[in-house]
Amino acid sequence: MRLEFELNGRRTVVNIPPGRRLLDLLREDLGLPGTKEGCGEGECGACTVLVNGQPTLACLALAAHVQGTAVCTVEGLAQAGELHPLQNAFIEHGAVQCGFCTPGLLMASYALLQKNPNPTRHEVREYLAGNLCRCTGYDQVIDAVLSAAKGQRCP
Amino acid sequence: MRTLEGLSIERPATLVGAVELLADGGQPLAGGTDLVVRLRQSESRPRRLVYLGRIPELRALSVEEGSAEIGAAVSHAEILSSPLAARLPILRQALSTIGGPAIRAMGTLGGNVANASPAADGLIPLYLLDAQVRLAGLTGEREIPLSSFVRGPGAIDLRSGELIRSLMLPFPAGTPLSYFRKVGRRRALVIAVASLGALVWETQGKIAQARVALGSVAPTVLRPAHVERALVGRELHAGSLEDLAELLSEETRPIDDLRATAAYRRQVAGSLLVDMAETLSNQE
Repeated sequence: MRLEFELNGRRTVVNIPPGRRLLDLLREDLGLPGTKEGCGEGECGACTVLVNGQPTLACLALAAHVQGTAVCTVEGLAQAGELHPLQNAFIEHGAVQCGFCTPGLLMASYALLQKNPNPTRHEVREYLAGNLCRCTGYDQVIDAVLSAAKGQRCP
Repeated sequence: MRTLEGLSIERPATLVGAVELLADGGQPLAGGTDLVVRLRQSESRPRRLVYLGRIPELRALSVEEGSAEIGAAVSHAEILSSPLAARLPILRQALSTIGGPAIRAMGTLGGNVANASPAADGLIPLYLLDAQVRLAGLTGEREIPLSSFVRGPGAIDLRSGELIRSLMLPFPAGTPLSYFRKVGRRRALVIAVASLGALVWETQGKIAQARVALGSVAPTVLRPAHVERALVGRELHAGSLEDLAELLSEETRPIDDLRATAAYRRQVAGSLLVDMAETLSNQE
C-alpha cells in the first residue's frame, strides 16, 4: 500500500505491504533503529512510539494503523542538536544501564508530560507501568521524569 | 514469529463497506493488541483483514439520559477520558487496569468483547451493567445481551458477515457503590488470576441489591446468582461477608493453567468478596 504519514515532523510516503509492522518500517525501511524490539508481543514497552500523541507499541501496530497519522519516535526528541530535557534528565539521574528499554521509557515519559506536565510520583509510576527494565530498576527513571517535569515543559 | 506481509488489509470508511468485506471472508482488525500477536504465532492466517478504525459509527461514544452507547472501535483510553468514566465508576475502575497506557490507547472495547476471554477486564463492567451488544450485518441489525453473545473462551455468537457495532450500556438506577479488583502477579500488564467487580446498592446500612461479576474463574465472565441473592439484607463491614466466600467459590468453575491452579482461583474469588465488603464500607 501507499502509506503516507508524518514522521518526526516530516511528511513521509512509502510503498509497503500493509501488514508490515510499524516497528520494521521504522527500523529497517526508514533507518530509525532507536525504537527497540524487546518482546515483540506488547508486554515490555521497548517499542513505544507516539501516534497522534498517544503511546503506541510499534510491534503491534501495522502500517494500516498509521496511515494519515503523526508518528514521533525517540529520534524526534532531540531538536537542532540539543537533547530533549527528558533525555538530559535520564543522563543526570543515571536512569540508563544497558539502554535497551530507554527509548520506550523516554517516549512513554514524553507522552505523560504532554498530558500531565506536573505528575506526582505515583502518577509517573502508574504511567510507566507498561515499560519494563530488566537491569537497573525504576527509581532513577522516576526521579528523572519528575526532575524534567519540574525543569520545563515539553516543547 | 512470522511476518504478516502477505496480508492484504482493507480500510473501509463506511459500516456497509465493512460488512460487505466481512461477508466476503475478511476478518476484522481493530487495535491489534491481541490479533497481531495471535497472527504472528499461528501457521494459518486470513488473507484479508478489514480495519475497523475509520468507521464513524464504530468510533462514536454517545451518552443519553439513561444509557450510553460505545462504538466497538473506541479505545479504552478514549473511554477513560470521556465523561462516561465519571458517570460509570465501575467502567473506569475496570478499564484502567487493562495492560498499560499504550495497550489502553490501542485496544478497543469491541475487541475485548470479540476476544471473549474469561479474564477480560473490560467485560466485567459490561456484565455488571447488563450490556447489550449491537450487531450490524448485511441484512440489518440486531441487539442481544452480552451474556448470551459470549458463549465460551474466544467463542461469540457472531454470524457470517456480522460485526460488533457498539455496546449499549443502560445506567444503573440510583448511585450504587462500585468495586473492582483483579489479582495477578503484578498490577500492570497482567492477565487476571481472578477478578471481581460489583455494584452494590445500600440502604440504612444494609445491602438492598447487588450485582457481582467474576473473571478468570469460569469459561466466561460469571454472575453468581446465588451470591447476588444471598447478599441482600447483609451489612457491609470488614469480615461481614466471610461466610459467603465459600458459596461464591462453589459457583465458580475454574481451571488449572500456567497462571494459577483452579483451587487457588476458587480461594481468591472468595477472598475478593470479603475484600469487597471491607473496601466498600470504607468508601461510604
